[in-house]
Parts: sequence; C-alpha cells; structure tokens
Amino acid sequence: MHASVAAVQFQPRKGEIEANLDRIGEIFADLAREDPPDLIVFPEASTTGYFLEGAVHELARSAQEYADALQRRWKAATGGAREVDVVLGFYERDAGTIYNAVLYATLGGAAPRLRHVHRKLFLPTYGVFDEGRFVARGRRIGVFETTVFPSAMLICEDVWHSICPTIAAVKGAQVVIVPSASPGRGIAGPEIETVQRWRSLLRNAAGEHGIYVVYAGLVGFEGGKGFTGTSMVVAPDGRIVVEGQPFEECVVRARLDSDAIDVARAGLPFLGDLDSVLPDLLLDEELPLPRGGRVTR
Amino acid sequence: MKTFRLDDILPPGPLAIDPALVEHWLERFIADELVRRRGMRAVLVGLSGGVDSAVTAYLCARALGPDNVHCIRMPYATSSPESLAHAAMVVKALGCRERTIEITAAVDGYLQFEPDADGRRRGNVMARTRMLVLFDLSQKYGGLPIGTGNKSERLLGYFTWHADDTPPLNPLGDLFKMQVWALARHLGVPREIVEKAPTADLVRGLTDESELGISYPRADPILAYLLMGYHQEALERGGYSAAEVQLVRHRLESTHWKRHQPTTAMLTNTAINEFYLRPVDY
Repeated sequence: MHASVAAVQFQPRKGEIEANLDRIGEIFADLAREDPPDLIVFPEASTTGYFLEGAVHELARSAQEYADALQRRWKAATGGAREVDVVLGFYERDAGTIYNAVLYATLGGAAPRLRHVHRKLFLPTYGVFDEGRFVARGRRIGVFETTVFPSAMLICEDVWHSICPTIAAVKGAQVVIVPSASPGRGIAGPEIETVQRWRSLLRNAAGEHGIYVVYAGLVGFEGGKGFTGTSMVVAPDGRIVVEGQPFEECVVRARLDSDAIDVARAGLPFLGDLDSVLPDLLLDEELPLPRGGRVTR
Repeated sequence: MKTFRLDDILPPGPLAIDPALVEHWLERFIADELVRRRGMRAVLVGLSGGVDSAVTAYLCARALGPDNVHCIRMPYATSSPESLAHAAMVVKALGCRERTIEITAAVDGYLQFEPDADGRRRGNVMARTRMLVLFDLSQKYGGLPIGTGNKSERLLGYFTWHADDTPPLNPLGDLFKMQVWALARHLGVPREIVEKAPTADLVRGLTDESELGISYPRADPILAYLLMGYHQEALERGGYSAAEVQLVRHRLESTHWKRHQPTTAMLTNTAINEFYLRPVDY
C-alpha cells in the first residue's frame, strides 16, 4: 500500500478567502498536470492567514462550505477525472462557536466527502499567541479512514505535547498530518531555532511510534512575524525524507509506503509495547484523570 | 571520579547571532511587508551616518534594489561633519538615491520662540523635524519611511517618542546594539561607521554610552537576561554589578510607556484595541 503526498508551503493573503481559494485552485491545476498526488496538505489557517484577533468572527466558515469550495476548484482544475484527498487548515464556525480547525476531504466524485474535521486542542495563549481568547478548543483526537492510510490530524502546538501523536498512534493512525503556522524565533545559529525544535519534535513523534508524519507549514510575514514553512515528511524510522526551505512558498513531495511502517515497527516495536503498558499507566490513581465523575489527583 | 558540574544559572551567549540568517530573514521581511502587503517598492531611510541607519539602508538596498532606496540626510547646524561624510560613504557603497535636507532653518524657526530650551528639548525638536521631513518626502517619492531604532534603545527608552519610533516598518527593532554591530560587519558596512562610538549627534562629543552611564557590551546582556526573566540576584552572581543592573532596570522599568500607543480613555465595549481587536495587516 502506498500513497503520493504533497505538502504545500502556502502564503495566504490576509483575510482574502476567495483569492486564497483561487490560488489553491491554481496549485491544484499545477499538481494535477505534473504528477497528481493522492493527498495534498495545506497549512494551518491557509484561507485567511493566522493572526486574525477579533476578525475571526468575520472570516470563520463551516467545514462543509470549504469542502464545497475545494471541490469546485478541483473539478475546474482537473475536470473531475480523478479523486484526490485534501487537508486544509481554516477557522471554522460551527453552531455559533469558532475553532481553529483542519478538514480532510476527498474531492472529485459527485460530491465532496468530508471525512474528518480536527479542532485544535492546544491553543497557544502566551507571548505572541492569543488563540485562547478568540477560538474554542477541540476535545478529541480522531483517527479516520482515508483512501489509503488510517490517519489523524494535529494542528501546530498539538504536536508539541507528545501525548497527542501517542494517542493518534495507539488509536491506529499510520499517518499523522500536521498543518501548522509557526512564527520563527531564534537567531543564534545558522538555522532558526524554532525550525530545529520542530524537526526534533516531528522526528521523535514518527520514530517512537513507527508512523509517517506529514508537516505543512505556512509562510509569509504577518505584522512582522515570519512563518517559517520548512514543511517536511518524516518516515516511520524517524528519518526526514524531504524538507522545504524556510520562508518561501514551495511544494514538498514524498511517497508513503506501508512497507516502511512494517519495517520500522519490526525494528523498534515501541507501539506494541505501549499498547501493552498503557492500561497500567492510565490506571495509576495518582494521575489526574476523570474517575467516577471526578478528576483524581 | 571525574565530576561534571555547572552552577551558573545564566545561559551562555544571550546575544549570539548568526548574521547571515538574520540578513536573509530581514530582507524577506522588508520585501514581504513592503511589496506584497502594501504594494509599494520604494523606501526612505533617514541616514544619520551611524551604524543603525547604515545597516537599515544596506538591508533595504539588498531587498529592494538600490534604486528603490532613498537615503535622506538631515543635518542640523551642529551636526558633526563626520556624520555627513559617513552617510555619504553608505550612499556611495550602495549606489542608492540620496537627498540632503538641512533642518536648521525649520528647527530654529520654532526654537527662536523658546530660546531657553535645553539640550534634551532641542534634540527632541530635531528628531521630530526629521520625521516631518521623512514622512513628507515619502508622499513625494511614493515610498515608505523605514525605522532604524534598535532593541537596546527601545528598551532603555533612549529615543524621542513619536519621532524615531514612528516609521511603519522597523527591521532592527528586535536586535540589540551588539547584534546590530555584528550584522553591520557581516554586511560590509564601512569600518569607520561600525567602530565609532555611537551617538545621537545632538550635542557635539556626547556619546550614547556616556549619556546612558553604561556601555552597550554591559547593558545588552543585562537587558537580554532581564527580558528572559532572570532576577537581579542571578545577574549579580553572573558577574554584573548591583549598580549596573539597577541602572538598566531603572531605565527599562520607567519607560514602558514609550513602547506603547497613547493612553485612551475606555468608555465602551467597543474601545479600539481594547475590545475592537484587528491585526495591523488586516
């Protein structure tokens, strides 16, 4: 089993949803013409830009609206001759509540199939970040079937908490998709320090669990904050297969293969070990987990 | 038994900088914020002859091409001829556009009514006059004024409020003076400019460091550690004297207001920038 994936390092125009969707349509056409991938991943907040503050109220849309909009662009770009899976980061409005979300949709059939929506769990609200003030948080990590691999999605800070990729892997995800918008910080060495941190986080997540990690990073400057991009695909043995450059738009492509997952897990059966040990760890009564309607400490 | 031990709490290298990375980053910043976001191509840099404005001009010239960089020299009667000459060196090295506007008549036109104004007031009038010129010429040239203030002077409050801090783009505002010097050497800014004592050039012979009472090599790491969250005691254990830490802390803690917009009375649930929150680039 294998899949061709393209992570698009995208620079949106701030607040211009239609223009950004049209640009996504152009990218669809380019990708479809050259070598059509099975999965195209766009970064967090791709349709609006990331730092919106109160403007999220004007710019949040439903996942279905975006699935329909993407379907129209994919069909216009390809004539609808083939299907493709697309992941898109956006600000979601659902029943009056706003989330920082990503959707996973299969396009190209009679109607778009919205397979999953992940709402960001960990909303950075410190320093330059203020998400907790403007959007609500998600409550679970879903693992869902796709055209190829069972997958999960995490958004940006979600993956900084190692428990998130762990839960995704234990629930059966073989691919964890991470759309992100990371403003770079750190100038002490030849590489941006936050980029180095990302690389280490994503390699650990992939290598510990024998999963693929597909990371798509936003680029461009918003009010002086420069998003770093450096989209990458990390193999199940923790090796970076391919990585994009900082700050510039580009497409990062790789082939995901189930054999690589099998080989990595045979060499380092950590996920199987975790399946066995995890129940004991979670039964520890000193953990602050809900038991019988209350959180124990 | 061999022992490995480190008792020092302060992390090393608080001012470490990779100038090539910063050059690339700031050139992208200038191009992106100016061309992509604002649809403009030209900038105006007030060229004083000092290292901050020289570095800013170099970055702009590399990001936008020298033809799009208007270097404006704005000397006052008492400005040092050396400053004017150093500014000319930058213009020549970069091949950018140049204009010299004497501000003496404008400044003195007002100060004739305030003959007792002290050096500080006179300096502030000059700084504000320079911004008046820069913003007016920005209309004429269809360009954007670029700020040249660095993080050290912003944190120490060592600038004229609503003058040096007014240009809408500021590439150097998150770099300490020591880091600006490192970047200047990397960019090839003439040695005379990098190595001379920094001065606002408002009173002849008066340098930044004599006025501040502390040198940048001492003040910058203290500022960096304070911003990271280290306390006075940790800095003193790290080799900084109580007096110099106190001096820096006092300047930092008494100038928060200079790093903010004016205080507006909030009367409603839609007060701008209190409740009505929209990003600068929206």
